[in-house]
Amino acid sequence: MSQQTTTSSTSANDQAHWRKTTNLMWIHLAIWFFFGYIIHMFAPVLNKIVIAGFPLGFYMAAQGSLIAFVVQLFVFAKQQDKIDREFGVAEDD
Amino acid sequence: MATPAQTSGGNDFINNLGKIYGMYTGGFLAFVVFLAILEQVGVPNRVLGYLFVFFTIAVYAIIGVLSRTAQVSEYYVAGRRVPALYNGMATGADWMSAASFVGMAGTLFLLGYDGLAWVLGWTGGYVLVSVLVGPYLRKFGAYTVPDFMSFRFGGNFARFLAVIVLVCCSFTYVTAQIYGTGIIASRFLGMNFEVAVFVGLAGILLCSMLGGMRAVTWTQIAQYIVLIVAYLTPIVILSTQKYGLPIPQLTYGQAIADITAREAAMVKDGLAAAGALKPHIQPWLNYTPLNFFGIIFCMMVGTASLPHILMRYFTTPSVREARQSVAWSLFFIFLLYFSAPAYAAFSKLEVYTNIIGRNVTDIRPWMFTWGELGLIKVCGKDAASLQAVIDACKAAGTQVVRFQDFSINTDVIVLSTPEIAGLPYVISGLVAAGGLAAALSTADGLLLAIANALSHDIYYKMIDPNAPTVKRLTVARILLVLVAVCAAATAATKPADILAMVGWAFSLAMAGNFPALVMGIWWKRATTAGAIAGIIGGFGIALGYLVVSRYFPGFGVKYLAMTSLPNPAGNPLVDLTKAMAAPNAMDSWVPATHPMASRVGWFGINNIAAGLIGMPVGFLLIYVVSLMGKEPSKEMQAFVDEIRKPRGRTVLQEKD
Repeated sequence: MSQQTTTSSTSANDQAHWRKTTNLMWIHLAIWFFFGYIIHMFAPVLNKIVIAGFPLGFYMAAQGSLIAFVVQLFVFAKQQDKIDREFGVAEDD
Repeated sequence: MATPAQTSGGNDFINNLGKIYGMYTGGFLAFVVFLAILEQVGVPNRVLGYLFVFFTIAVYAIIGVLSRTAQVSEYYVAGRRVPALYNGMATGADWMSAASFVGMAGTLFLLGYDGLAWVLGWTGGYVLVSVLVGPYLRKFGAYTVPDFMSFRFGGNFARFLAVIVLVCCSFTYVTAQIYGTGIIASRFLGMNFEVAVFVGLAGILLCSMLGGMRAVTWTQIAQYIVLIVAYLTPIVILSTQKYGLPIPQLTYGQAIADITAREAAMVKDGLAAAGALKPHIQPWLNYTPLNFFGIIFCMMVGTASLPHILMRYFTTPSVREARQSVAWSLFFIFLLYFSAPAYAAFSKLEVYTNIIGRNVTDIRPWMFTWGELGLIKVCGKDAASLQAVIDACKAAGTQVVRFQDFSINTDVIVLSTPEIAGLPYVISGLVAAGGLAAALSTADGLLLAIANALSHDIYYKMIDPNAPTVKRLTVARILLVLVAVCAAATAATKPADILAMVGWAFSLAMAGNFPALVMGIWWKRATTAGAIAGIIGGFGIALGYLVVSRYFPGFGVKYLAMTSLPNPAGNPLVDLTKAMAAPNAMDSWVPATHPMASRVGWFGINNIAAGLIGMPVGFLLIYVVSLMGKEPSKEMQAFVDEIRKPRGRTVLQEKD
């Protein structure tokens, strides 16, 4: 999905901004995929670890992944804003 | 409630939101305390129930009327002035429906670990909203999702397709919400179901008709506060009673451990057959792993494609706040979803220790209220009274309630928790008010999405682009009422597939919207022809798969090579040779009880996860067909550049 249109009139600054934005997108999709799917594939194994009554596999699906998503979204908002500011395309405060 | 003044005074209102909603919350809590006092002095429960429901609906209606507006941008996007945190609360209420509030805990009670597919699926999608779609649509400056499709993909044909997708997924969904309103009102107020549906409808219309998005936003925040207080109160009290700690999300770990121990004991004592009892924490006993992850994926991607959710992010003051707002939305949703498994665990422990294995004569009296309504059965009969239970079990030849003797409707889990904890009736009334708030707020958002698409996209953009403001808003309101009445009329017939339909809405939205939205933003090379092929192909195949596997299973098996879905153990659900030989095999529009209905398909994919088939087709078609044609014009590519940068004016400038 990346952008390699040679005929594009997109400025170098905009291209660099978009490259960084795209990288950040892939990083966050990878985190999302890990907490949404990968970790739950190991639920039967993780369930053997029990903390405060919670089998870990169950806990990750019931709470752990949800907490990860919430934290991830606040971090993403901050990171993307930083990228936007770095390339001068952020909105005025 | 202060008036959100028309324009100039509006900033006063926005600046004082914290104070206003703080006072509102205080007022609401005082109202609950007041009703608790009324209960102590002997006011009957029925009266308390009515006071709860009518008072809360009246407050929403007052907010709705005060927020009336005569401006188009206020009507469609609340003037784009809703701060991130408050938009997050409004989205939370928009998102959490009667199914989340009442049904989720019940599903977890019934399915154990596998029910968590819904918890994960209905939360993780917000990552996709924020990373891939939402903020870019905000920068674009649309009033509706079809606005974007039309601008990016060459005009009114793409707009029309997007409206079809939107109406298909939102209408089934809103019908389910109005149905939920009817269930709650009829259960708590003893109203006739059909009457309750139309009373709920009146509440919904009062909130949204005069003020559109602006009114819906400010009422949804009020509704969020009611629903979250109502959801957390009983379980916090229960946790404090049982474990001395008011954090049920931590203490239910102990309940889970107790359930697991009790499950083993029940099998050992012969109270349950080892095969029939499904351990609470063990994965993939109810869904195959493919369908477990398929449901998660479809619900997540569906979240990022549902128009009534995406349009909430059109209302923030900036792109930056749109992103923050998605994070707040998920935080407010998380508060409810991470508590639902606690409800399920506490209820299950109560049932396993205080009902199953007990002598039928010392059964818990809280059950009888629900037994009377036919929602709890013991020994195959409604547990309406002690005598009924004793008689039924005598007939069944048992002195002790065994695992197989007890059945409970999943809606009861949340609604009965106050009684299990021995709390006064006022808490039950509070829970009912919360459930109603959840159903009303979601219905508001959905109705607005449908009516806006019809009035803005079909009427204004396609039929009469010169219509004056007054006429546009009048048409919008008339359409809102018409759609609402249609949805209520459909709900009043109690369609059999109503709960499955909510799941279908996600798959349809995912197949129809997601590829075109993502490619339109992330791939400049995506062309009009590509997008149109992708929407028609992806949506068409998902819809076709749903309809054939549910209503024409015989046709699917004979002509489309559908096979039986596997059960979690890997064996086929139906013996197709036998089922196809039966005289009703080729029937069409079959009822849900038909042996093959929803039990056949491709690759073992359940029809709730139809988006798994439709979405890849959509992406592939957009990619291939786009590459076959000429690349989009320079202007269009510049426009895509523009929506990728938060700075600057919105791309689409609506005249007001």
